[in-house]
Amino acid sequence: MNGDNGTIREYVTAEIGGELIGLPILRVQDVFIPEAPTQVPLAPPEIAGVLNLRGRIVTLIDMRRRLGLATEEAGKAPLAIGVETRGESYGLLIDAIGEVLRLGDETREPNPVNLDPRLARVSAGIHRLNDRLLMVIDVERVLDIDVRSMAA
Amino acid sequence: MDDLLREFVTETNESLDVVDVELVRFEQDPANATIINNVFRLVHTIKGTCGFLGLPRLEALAHAAEALMGRFRDGVPATSEAVTLILATIDRIKRILESLEQEQREPDGGDDDLIAGLTRMAAGLDPKQPAQAADQTVGTLVHQVLERPLLPGEDSLDDLERAFRATAVEAPQRRAPLAGSVKDDEQKQANQSIRVSVETLERLMTMVSELVLTRNQLLEIGRRHDDSEFKTPLQRLSNVTAELQEGVMKTRMQPIGNAWQKLPRIVRDLSNELGKQIELEMQGAETELDRQVLDLIKDPLTHMLRNSADHGLETPAERRAAGKPERGHIRLSAWHEGGFIIIQVADDGRGLDTERIKAKALAQGLAGEAELDKLGESQIHKFIFAPGFSTATEVTSISGRGVGMDVVRTNIDQIGGTIDVRSVPGVGVSFTVKIPLTLAIVSALIVEAGGNRFAIPQLAVVELVRAHGGSEHRIERIRDTAVLRLRDKLLPVARLSHLLGIAPAGPAGFDSGFIVVTQVGTQTFGIVVDAVFHTEEIVVKPMSSMLRHIAMFCGNTILGDGSVIMIVDPNGIAQALGSTATTHLQGAAAAADTARAERAEEATSLLLFRAGSNQPKAVPLSLVTRLEEIDAHKIELSNGRHMIQYRGQLMPLVAMDERVRVRSEGAQPLLVFSDGVRSMALIVDEIVDIVEDRLDIEIAGGAEGVLGSAIIKGQATEIVDVGHFLPLAFEDWFRRKERPAVVRRRAILLVDDSPFFRNMLAPVLQAAGFDVTAVGSGAEALAHIDDGRPVDIVITDIEMPEMDGFALTQALRRHPRSAELPVIALSSIVSAEAIARGREVGFHDYVAKFDRQGLIAALKEQGEFGQAA
Repeated sequence: MNGDNGTIREYVTAEIGGELIGLPILRVQDVFIPEAPTQVPLAPPEIAGVLNLRGRIVTLIDMRRRLGLATEEAGKAPLAIGVETRGESYGLLIDAIGEVLRLGDETREPNPVNLDPRLARVSAGIHRLNDRLLMVIDVERVLDIDVRSMAA
Repeated sequence: MDDLLREFVTETNESLDVVDVELVRFEQDPANATIINNVFRLVHTIKGTCGFLGLPRLEALAHAAEALMGRFRDGVPATSEAVTLILATIDRIKRILESLEQEQREPDGGDDDLIAGLTRMAAGLDPKQPAQAADQTVGTLVHQVLERPLLPGEDSLDDLERAFRATAVEAPQRRAPLAGSVKDDEQKQANQSIRVSVETLERLMTMVSELVLTRNQLLEIGRRHDDSEFKTPLQRLSNVTAELQEGVMKTRMQPIGNAWQKLPRIVRDLSNELGKQIELEMQGAETELDRQVLDLIKDPLTHMLRNSADHGLETPAERRAAGKPERGHIRLSAWHEGGFIIIQVADDGRGLDTERIKAKALAQGLAGEAELDKLGESQIHKFIFAPGFSTATEVTSISGRGVGMDVVRTNIDQIGGTIDVRSVPGVGVSFTVKIPLTLAIVSALIVEAGGNRFAIPQLAVVELVRAHGGSEHRIERIRDTAVLRLRDKLLPVARLSHLLGIAPAGPAGFDSGFIVVTQVGTQTFGIVVDAVFHTEEIVVKPMSSMLRHIAMFCGNTILGDGSVIMIVDPNGIAQALGSTATTHLQGAAAAADTARAERAEEATSLLLFRAGSNQPKAVPLSLVTRLEEIDAHKIELSNGRHMIQYRGQLMPLVAMDERVRVRSEGAQPLLVFSDGVRSMALIVDEIVDIVEDRLDIEIAGGAEGVLGSAIIKGQATEIVDVGHFLPLAFEDWFRRKERPAVVRRRAILLVDDSPFFRNMLAPVLQAAGFDVTAVGSGAEALAHIDDGRPVDIVITDIEMPEMDGFALTQALRRHPRSAELPVIALSSIVSAEAIARGREVGFHDYVAKFDRQGLIAALKEQGEFGQAA
């Protein structure tokens, strides 16, 4: 894994609904166990609640719903990846946390054209790993939940 | 060095702010030695520090300013020009400090202009020396030739010598008794506050939150081990933690007065520049808000103030002509309301020029002519917030720089606030800014609904009522409308869990629970919750941007136990309940009187029902005493009339319409009207809804008992004339009050351009025992009196076309026959300003349009007054 012709990037990997996803390591603040989240009435379905993490209010994103994966177990996830954007804290709910991978550009491919649009809108590309595929998550796009349509 | 410099800049900036304020005070109160001593000391300190840090430009400026101030201290009266010059110097010092902060060094350039002015003025003001002699050296100095021109701020040896001599004179003064007390104050101040960076506080806050969480876990463990020896220390830890948390939270809060500090100086400068006398009154400076918000509202506030001074207030000559005191008045006030911070800037100037705003809006294509004609005055005034809008025809240096109120609004929008304007021609304009309590600490009521906890800002809560079947405050449901009967008033209520969509499945019972009676503006309503826990001081945190669209919440907070809960926005609830009141609530942006006036003007609470036909009918809710659903078996027929036994009395029932069938079984809905001890009820088919809507009767009624038709909720609705039905119940309804020993019924002249109000009020007044003549305009009223017909009291609407209530009253006062006639004004605008104006023109009383009780009370009072006279 040494990229002669590309930059090496580090990803935090995680499992959600059977998919392997990777987040740029610099975007990841921490990984925590979401304890006693508060449900927010009238919130978009992708919002799994809010909780207090060391004095900050963290909004939990149900990645299963966000990615359009099987929703029977929506909202139930043992772990969350903490990310921050524009001064706000979010927790992306995941099933399991994996290792940190150093991946070069040579294994990276753009989104296949037939990728489920719900995945395509948050995916920044796919890495070919030896035994499976890793979807790189664009954090900004994950957090860009269209609330206006919800408001109506 | 860097640290030293930074500290110097911060400290100096703070000192200069104080100097600003103090100098303005000193100018008004030149005899006050404490003020000038204080100012002098601050400038002196700045000068000294500059010298120490090697900042020649600053030092020279401070020195020159100090010299001039020294003259004041010596007892020379302060002139306005001198103060202006010193203030200009201080501004220059601030600019130099700014670039010092950015570039770590003084900017290039010189200050000879200011220094020369200061020196000249100091010399001119010297009590001992004539002006010309100022530059001459008196005494035994050796004449010196300078080897090079002096740098700005550098003093020639001559000057130094003079300065030295001046200092020698100062020295004993400093030891004067007065100076001692100043020093004490200084010491106290130094001990009372220290400077801590916000970052440190934030970190502290986070740590405290962690501590709270840990404490809660410990408490949980403690609970499981019943008689543990940890119990007492744990309890203590818990209390200390709570206090610590509270203390740290409070460190973020600052009084709004901090943002106002610079305003007296600005107003002073404006007075000079504009040639107007302006008095600035500040109220509520102690109102606390988060320092972040504080920083953000400083600029908009300053701009609003400039606007009021420049455009709002008239020149002294104009004010004299208008019969106002020459000195204009601007009032700045702040207070907490319903979970918001309200800041108001009000002037007593000429008011907004509605016609000019109209013309400008038209010219800028913001609205069409037809559209403008339809808009009310207050809606037209709102155009001043439209982008690029400015009514000032000339660009002045004060506020007409093309940045108008639209910029102010943008700034306020950014912090999630709203702004509203209210103007009364000739009386003044008031701007009201409403800032959400984002980040502020508020007291909140913690409640439970649908298994979740929520916080309701305590400020919006009027009272708590326990609801259960047998209690006198019970919730009654008529179809989908739930109302609370509270002290013979009906309040709309809704279950919080329903509004939030978290209600458990199954029909919602209203028999249990607590009702949080809440007030937003003048709208009062009940929020039904499952349980009420306690009140807690909460720190409001803004909702995540993904959740900010939910109107029901205005923020969230971390409770003492570490859990996050949502803060219910009373405005959102009011909107959900009142549907059509929405726009008014949003626009009305707060000042209670503004809101009250607007809503009363434009919306009326109406009870919608059906009787006899499918077409909905409506009656103002304020006229209805109670809604009842009675068992049809209880209806008795007596003498051909329907009656029921109601609260120990026989109450006659009147069918709304002959098509209404009086039910023989099941529940019969009734509208109960009461007057004193007597009640009657209208039999209706179905009570549909309570709505807030404008009441414009578009087609006058033909049928008996109908005032006319109006569009309500998009449907043509008949407005019922209650006055028609009252005599049907009791033939003597309007007559029975004659019996008391009143020789002649007092005659009321009711003036209102709206037939609806004439028809609505006349029966009420007749029922109260008056002879009522209703006329539709001021001119008709004057004609009525001219005809010599007896009139004891005049009740007049304020807002009428052609001749309004003020004009009518003035006309009455001019007429010898009516000069002493009591006049009661009836208006939907009940603001302090309007009341004051009313007093001026000679109203005896001022009553809100829908306040029947208030009107009757006022009439009684005036009646007695008239009899006694």
